[in-house]
Amino acid sequence: MSVLSPSRDGRRRPTAAPSARTAPSGRARRPGPRVGRPGAWWALPALVFFGAFAVLPMGLVVYLSFTEWGGLGTPRFIGAQNWTRLAGDPAMHRAVVLTLVLSVSSWAVQTPIALLLGVWAAGRQRNRAVLSALFFVPLLLSSAAVAIIWRALLDPNFGPLAQIGPLIGMPGLDVLSDGTAAFGVIVFVTAWQFIPLHMLLYQGGARQIPASLYQAAQIDGAGRLRAFWHITLPQLRNTITTSSVLMVVGSLTYFDTVLIMTGGGPGTDTTIVPYLMYRVGFESYQYGYASAIAFTLVVVATAASLVMVRLTGFGAMRSTREGM
Amino acid sequence: MTPPQRTGTAAALALLLMTATACGGSGSQAESGDGELNVMMYQDTLAVVQHNAAERYNEGADVRAVIDEVPGDGYDDKLRTVMGSGEAPDVFFNWGGGSIEPYVEQDMLLSLDDALAQNPEMEEAFIPSVLDAGKIDGVQYGIPLRGTQPVMLFYNEQVFEDAGVEPPETWEDLLSLIDTFNDEGVTPFALAGNTTWTQQMWLQYLVDRRGGHEVFQRIQGGDFEGWRDPAVLWAAQTVQDLVDRGAFGDNFASVSYTEGGASALLAEGRAAMHLMGSWEYSTQLAEAPEFAEEHLGYTTFPEVPDGQGDPAAVVGNPTNYFSVTSEADSEAAVDFLKQTYTQEYVADMVENGEVPVTTGAEELLDNSPNPDFARYQYDLVQEAPTFQLSWDQALPRTAAEPVLTEIDRLFNGQTTPEEFVDTLAALQ
Repeated sequence: MSVLSPSRDGRRRPTAAPSARTAPSGRARRPGPRVGRPGAWWALPALVFFGAFAVLPMGLVVYLSFTEWGGLGTPRFIGAQNWTRLAGDPAMHRAVVLTLVLSVSSWAVQTPIALLLGVWAAGRQRNRAVLSALFFVPLLLSSAAVAIIWRALLDPNFGPLAQIGPLIGMPGLDVLSDGTAAFGVIVFVTAWQFIPLHMLLYQGGARQIPASLYQAAQIDGAGRLRAFWHITLPQLRNTITTSSVLMVVGSLTYFDTVLIMTGGGPGTDTTIVPYLMYRVGFESYQYGYASAIAFTLVVVATAASLVMVRLTGFGAMRSTREGM
Repeated sequence: MTPPQRTGTAAALALLLMTATACGGSGSQAESGDGELNVMMYQDTLAVVQHNAAERYNEGADVRAVIDEVPGDGYDDKLRTVMGSGEAPDVFFNWGGGSIEPYVEQDMLLSLDDALAQNPEMEEAFIPSVLDAGKIDGVQYGIPLRGTQPVMLFYNEQVFEDAGVEPPETWEDLLSLIDTFNDEGVTPFALAGNTTWTQQMWLQYLVDRRGGHEVFQRIQGGDFEGWRDPAVLWAAQTVQDLVDRGAFGDNFASVSYTEGGASALLAEGRAAMHLMGSWEYSTQLAEAPEFAEEHLGYTTFPEVPDGQGDPAAVVGNPTNYFSVTSEADSEAAVDFLKQTYTQEYVADMVENGEVPVTTGAEELLDNSPNPDFARYQYDLVQEAPTFQLSWDQALPRTAAEPVLTEIDRLFNGQTTPEEFVDTLAALQ
């Protein structure tokens, strides 16, 4: 039927011309295989996994939040008592405020540093690869290891800080025993740990920006600062949203750092919601109430990411290359 | 950084596991009847005594006793998990009181009243007040397995000598010592504020000395209005007064006990005194042997002004207990419990520096690594009219956690003594 011509590797292959002519009628009779649209059942493994490890547990958490259960025997249904208690619990109120402050300050600290480092790392400077690799190290350590290291370094009695303090004229320099300072330490340590990840995101984003934009700007006489402000930042719009959602939602789960570094203290000055949930659930065995806290956290985290995606127009995914 | 859905998943998964295991909780007991007696033990250097006991027991019995050592950090919640999951051990280590009450409520523990009735020597073997502390609502659920652990005031003799002062006998002494040591640049009291139960010891003694043993007995009995006793308010005010006077230095909030911080401060002479359980001696012996042998002094908590309580009363952990689960092979378990008052067992304990709670252990105390300390402790407990179990062990965990948190806030000046009392009284 079709005209065959020898291809370069010696095999025979239909030439383009005749098939192009027969194609329209062929497509009308029998639809060809659709490209990139596998059957719905391909999603099954992921759905089963998601169902078993996300949806089902979440459903159980909702159920448990209406019960009283200490881990022994059967949960006892107590209606909305856990929820009314949640609304009026001063410990929860304190934890919510601390968590919000932590999220906002983590975002405010991490974003500019990660953005600048990432953009810098996207360049072609000398030593860039070596320094980038060094900056990346904290991310390779587990949160627990990071927290243990920093706790040892900052120990006011036995850490290096105890020796350094008097040398710089600040004997008794102590950042873990004061509530505000300890909170600052949590922000700092988590930033130290997570900035590399976001730096990586921004580096990838900045590498995607076409060089022609900068060349054009240069011709128009724009300096580096203006180029950064008018090209780099707008081009990184989607990266900023991704990174911010990860930061804010991630900051709602800074649990291990708090557990190891401060134990929620001094007093309750670093008891954020996830840590409170742990205390209530696994130390005072009120799994029902802990479930109410857990579910609140899920709702807040989901809401926060949805709101951020909406507000930034990220959901529409408009290209940053329009008109190019 | 985790994607949003994982926030909930981590928490939810943990709870799912609990649920799943709870449903299977009523199922058959895997361990019983398999010829093994599983003994769940708190892991530390002293557990060697129980290992030896198991060896002796295994020589003569058909059932093999197996000691499962569980790391001390989080022992309580690990125990809760296995108990709720139908994988319960046959015999397990606990603190009596609130630490086993939930299991009693769920009928998971074997009453040892029958065992005591059948083996009168078992009842006679222990100091009565200590054996009594193993009862819940008048029923015996725990048999003492360890030495006694009263809380006492340890001090660094060298630091006292350098300052030319004596350990406190009255409250005025204690207050003036705070000023003396602050002038010397030494922290008067080492306090591991990062480990909350160490702060609790101060309140326990203050309440007991001021208002007597009954104040907390009422609270322990479930009447939380008992927190409104004037002795509690006074104790809370006294705590803040001590903090303001600099009794604990200014960085106690970041000192940890489990990491050895407070003990090191005392041993290095950077702190003069340390209110701690008697195990502090073993800790010092392991970490700073020279200091423990040469300069570690000990005394009782001083009297307080207008104190209604007996100044000879002590607080702390009367001892630890073995309890038997209801699914266990009760005959084998009770046989194993008989080990806890054999000559060999008690001699083992003494050699490891423990002070046994068995009657007639006095003669053995000469074999202790520090006979003076052992005898001092034995007499302290023997002569004490009352021995208050640590609050966080005496209260059910649902109440113990918030109490510890409020004590933490009190020490850190985040709550006033009046609010402290109100919050505790409002607990359920």
